Amino acid sequence: MRKLILATALVVSTLAHVPAHAKEILNSSYDISRELFAEINPLFVAHWQAKTGETLTINQSHGGSSRQAQAIIQGLRADVVTFNQSTDIDILHQRGKLLPENWRERLANNSSPYYSTMAFLVRKGNPKNIQDWADLTNEGVTLVFPNPKTSGNARYTYLGAYGAAKQRLADDAAARSWMVEFLKRVVVFDTGGRGATTSFIDRELGDVLITFESEVNNIIKQYPDLALERVVPKTNILAEFPVAWVDRNVARNGTETQAKAYLEFLYSEQAQRVLASYFYRVYDKTVVNDTAAQFPETQLFTVEDQFGSWDAVNTTHFGNNAELDKLLAEGRR
Amino acid sequence: MNNNAGKGIRRVLIATGVTLSVLLLLTPLLLIFIAAFSAGIGGVIQNLSDADMLHAIGLTLLVAGITVPINLVFGTLIAWCVTRFTFPGRHLLLTLIDIPFAVSPVVAGLLYLLLYGSNGPFAHWLDAADMQLMFAWPGLVLVTIFVSCPFVVKELVPLMSTLGTEQEEAAVLLGASGWQVFWQITLPNIRWALLYGVILTNARAVGEFGAVSVVSGTIRGQTNTLPLHIELLQQDYNATGAFIAAALLTLMAIATLVVKAVLQSELHKTNT
Repeated sequence: MRKLILATALVVSTLAHVPAHAKEILNSSYDISRELFAEINPLFVAHWQAKTGETLTINQSHGGSSRQAQAIIQGLRADVVTFNQSTDIDILHQRGKLLPENWRERLANNSSPYYSTMAFLVRKGNPKNIQDWADLTNEGVTLVFPNPKTSGNARYTYLGAYGAAKQRLADDAAARSWMVEFLKRVVVFDTGGRGATTSFIDRELGDVLITFESEVNNIIKQYPDLALERVVPKTNILAEFPVAWVDRNVARNGTETQAKAYLEFLYSEQAQRVLASYFYRVYDKTVVNDTAAQFPETQLFTVEDQFGSWDAVNTTHFGNNAELDKLLAEGRR
Repeated sequence: MNNNAGKGIRRVLIATGVTLSVLLLLTPLLLIFIAAFSAGIGGVIQNLSDADMLHAIGLTLLVAGITVPINLVFGTLIAWCVTRFTFPGRHLLLTLIDIPFAVSPVVAGLLYLLLYGSNGPFAHWLDAADMQLMFAWPGLVLVTIFVSCPFVVKELVPLMSTLGTEQEEAAVLLGASGWQVFWQITLPNIRWALLYGVILTNARAVGEFGAVSVVSGTIRGQTNTLPLHIELLQQDYNATGAFIAAALLTLMAIATLVVKAVLQSELHKTNT
């Protein structure tokens, strides 16, 4: 009986908690962006209040971005998505027609307000003297990064290494055999980025952890005692962080203007400054100038330049018995 | 076998039992609490007063608070039905009740998602009524009811079968109504098993992870139950927060056990 009363009270309080007309936006994002949006959201709420007098609430949902996309297709009413893989936004069009095919053209820079690239995390003093991709196959160097089959993060690592090898080495055959050697050096393929971090930090596996530059800086900040160091290779891959409003959901929720304004706000100097403080690379000129010191110069190539479309890459490189599987098999021989 | 050898074996067995319980049960429990308090009382208070944490606690209680009464009534009805009447399909019904135990909770979550999600058969109707079941608290309640529904039935059916129908038949012959039979004859006989079923249901409802993780959408401050919140805190590098949430869940489990023990002794007193 007491439980019943408790339950009723809770139902009432939960329902009463949602003010009838306050607008809410749900931002569905990748799993490691919580702190970032926890900092940006209040800025936008204040900005929107000053501009329109309307009080907004922004809710956050975080998870692997492929899983987040699945949930939206199944009915999660996210107004905006802020992902780390453009293929996961494409799926919203292909499987559910939730947004138009040309979503990339609706906002500046391919609908990607910020970007990152890959970086190496090495142990104190960089004992193996790692400076660029080529050094990763030096005598006795071992690597840690997640499994490219399950992790978007590792797909960038794989494509970054491969693209750089193609540019550095004389022909494709030489790049291929370097990739075989490179993949042989990986001591453990975890399923996700944070798992690989645990292997490198807690289990002390490997000499080099390869992940997003932003995440490398984040890890260095988390473990100041380890005095880990960051190395950004000279040739590198562009990793975009695409955003989009979900047309079907904003129409249903009546939040189209707010959702668009929220995403446009990510391009503002104020938001770009926060993004840069989380070590994401940004486009705003003033912020770029102010933070130039923390981002080493690197020559970026895109997946499209080197490998064709993401769709093609997913089948030719990451499909069953595709390039990745073949390279791994050759390494075991 | 001589007496000494018997004693020796007994000691070895007791020692093994105690060591295993300490290693497998007590140490992990203690470690959870030690880790929770690793950042001191301040850290505990700060984490506990976090709005998302408070909401996760409230939501977990809400889900359990709805699930338990529903499964209590449902379980009693089913048990009554299959032990007091014979009808074709009785065994089939009993087997159906086992399904939530047989399938993995993740599968249960997916089934509900396929049924009530945007691509399911009811999508159109739910949309028209502007009802959001999946990725909202009603969805969490639905899957929790599903995964925890066999507990009460499983406790009641064997007991009610052994009790037989003699007392109830006698009551009916003496002119008792159906309600009188239930309240005055059946319920006092089964209250023990019923209580135990409720406790198990509650424990499962509070701790469920797999099924709710599929239908939750993990919106912080909206659809995040305590077990899901533990995972999120862990991913945020907030290990202390995760352990505090875990310690809370553990405390809820211990509280359930204490309530059970107290009720047990109370009932014993009234019985003797």
